[in-house]
Amino acid sequence: MPSVVVDTISKSYMAEKKKVLALEDISFDVAKGSLFGVIGPDGAGKTTLFRILTTLILADKGTAAVDGFDVVKEYKDIRKRIGYMPGKFSLYQDLTVEENLEFFATIFNTTIKENYSLIKEIYQQIEPFKDRRAGKLSGGMKQKLALSCALIHRPSILFLDEPTTGVDAVSRKEFWHMLKQLQNEGITILVSTPYMDEAALCDRVALIQNGKFLSIDTPEGTVSQFKKPLWAVKSDNMYKLQQDLRQFKGMASVYPFGEYYHLALNTDKLLKEDIYGYLTSQAHHDIEVNPIKAGIEDVFMELMKSTDD
Amino acid sequence: MIELNAHMITADKLTKRFGDFTAVDQISFDVSKGEIFGFLGANGAGKTTAMRMLCGLSLPTSGIASVNGFDVNTETEKIKRSIGYMSQKFSLYEDLTVKENMRFYGGIYGMTIPQIKTKTQYILEHLHLEKEKDTLVGSLPLGWKQKLSFSVAIFHDPSVVFLDEPTGGVDPITRREFWEMIYEAAHKGTTIFVTTHYMDEAEYCNRVCIMVDGRIEAMDTPTKLKRQYESAHMEDVFLKLARKAKRNAD
Repeated sequence: MPSVVVDTISKSYMAEKKKVLALEDISFDVAKGSLFGVIGPDGAGKTTLFRILTTLILADKGTAAVDGFDVVKEYKDIRKRIGYMPGKFSLYQDLTVEENLEFFATIFNTTIKENYSLIKEIYQQIEPFKDRRAGKLSGGMKQKLALSCALIHRPSILFLDEPTTGVDAVSRKEFWHMLKQLQNEGITILVSTPYMDEAALCDRVALIQNGKFLSIDTPEGTVSQFKKPLWAVKSDNMYKLQQDLRQFKGMASVYPFGEYYHLALNTDKLLKEDIYGYLTSQAHHDIEVNPIKAGIEDVFMELMKSTDD
Repeated sequence: MIELNAHMITADKLTKRFGDFTAVDQISFDVSKGEIFGFLGANGAGKTTAMRMLCGLSLPTSGIASVNGFDVNTETEKIKRSIGYMSQKFSLYEDLTVKENMRFYGGIYGMTIPQIKTKTQYILEHLHLEKEKDTLVGSLPLGWKQKLSFSVAIFHDPSVVFLDEPTGGVDPITRREFWEMIYEAAHKGTTIFVTTHYMDEAEYCNRVCIMVDGRIEAMDTPTKLKRQYESAHMEDVFLKLARKAKRNAD
C-alpha cells in the first residue's frame, strides 16, 4: 500500500471576489519509504496540497489517503502518524529549544528519550543551545529544531514544506543529507521546494505550476521528457548572442543558464557546424557550441510554455 | 577627462561589531558605474549587515565606505535618497494598487506629479500591466510582483540599486526575464548590487564577491574565480569557500 494516495483533488479560494483555482485535479501516489519532491515556484499550490494532506484544510473535491486513512473521515489517525514542518517557523518562540522539543514529545504521548536515536544527529547540532529561546535562534538552527520537533514521535510520513527556501547552498546540501538518512530509517518523506536542482535528490518528483502537475516521474524520467536537441552556446558577446540565437532558424527556445545559453532546436538536422557557422557570420568570436542533456529546469520551462499555449 | 570607471560604491576596511561579535570584518571593494556586482555568502556570513551599512541603515563600527559619492558615516540621508532597494520579502504595499504603489514611492523619493505620471505610464507599458493598473498588488502573480518591485526600486532613476535575493521562489522563466531587466538597467548605467542563493545567477554578474565569516574570501569575475578554484560552476566555487566557515550562525 502506498503511503499517500491522492485522487483528483481540487481546491479553490476567493481572492478579491475572483475565484482562484489553487489545485486542479491532482492525482498521485507516494510509495512507502520513498522521498517524493513537489517542485515549483511560489504560488503554484505546494502549500495548499500539503495542508490538505496534513488534514489542516479540506479539498473541494477528490479524495486523499495518508497511511491508509482518509484525510476527512480519519484525520485524527493521520495526525498521530505524520510529522509536519510548515514553511513558516511555527514553534513557540518564547520556549527554549529543549522546552519546545519536550512539548511536542508530550502532546504525542512520548518522551525525548524514547525516540532520541532518530533525532540524535540533527538535535546534537543545536543541543549546546538547548536553554536558548527558540525565537533567538539563527535560521539554520530554527530549521534543525523544527525538524527535530516534527520527528520526535517517530512519524511514518514526514511532510516538509519548503524546508530549504532562503537557505544557502552549503546548508541546503547538509539538509538533504539529513533527509536521506531519515529515509534510511524507513520514513516516507514528501518535500516541496522552489529549487529545481533539488529534484535530482528525490526518488520521484512532481513539477507543479498554477495548481497543476506538469509531470510526475523519476528525476531521470523527467529529464528524458525533453525531446528536442539541446545545445550549450557561448561567445565573446553574450548580450548580442541572445538576440542572434533567437533569430536562428530552427530555434525553439533560448534561455540563459549560468555562463551559457541553452539553445533548443526544432530539428535534429542542424549540426554543431551550422550553429557555429551562423554565429561566425554574425561576428561572434570565442564561440563554444556543445551538445548537452536537459536538466530539470529545461524541462520545467518547456512544460510551462506548452501549458501556456 | 571624465572618469570612465567611476566608482559608485567604495568600501575600505568597513567593519561592524555587535558586542564582541564581528559581523563584518574589514571588507574593502569598489563597484564601477553600470557594473552588476554579485554579493554572495552563506546565511550569517555578514551580507545583510554589510548591505545595511551601504544603504545608510546602520553605522559602521570602523572603516569607511561611500555610495554614489556619499559617506555612509555622515551622509546616510543623502544615500537613502539616491539609491533603490528591493528585497524578496517586502517591497510593495499589497493593499495598494499597482498605480498607487508607484504614486507612493515616487512621492517618497520627492518626484513631481508630472514625473510620476510619465514614469508610471512608461512602466505600465513596458511590463504590459496597463490592464492591471487598478489591481491590488497583493493579488498579482508572484512573477509580476517581482518585476514590478524592481521597476519601482528604479522608479526614481537611482544611480545604485541594491537587490536582496530578488528572485527567491520565482519560476525559472520569470527568473530569467527578471535578469534581462537587470541587464537592461545596468546597460543604461545603473549600478547593480545583488545577493542571491541561485548559483547560476552568480554567473550573470560582472564580478562576484564571496563572504565567509564576515570577511571577503574571494572577489573576481566568475570566469577567473572558476579558474582559480578549478571548478566547472560557481556553485563548486561557493561550496569550496563557504565550507571554510567556522561560525555556527545560520
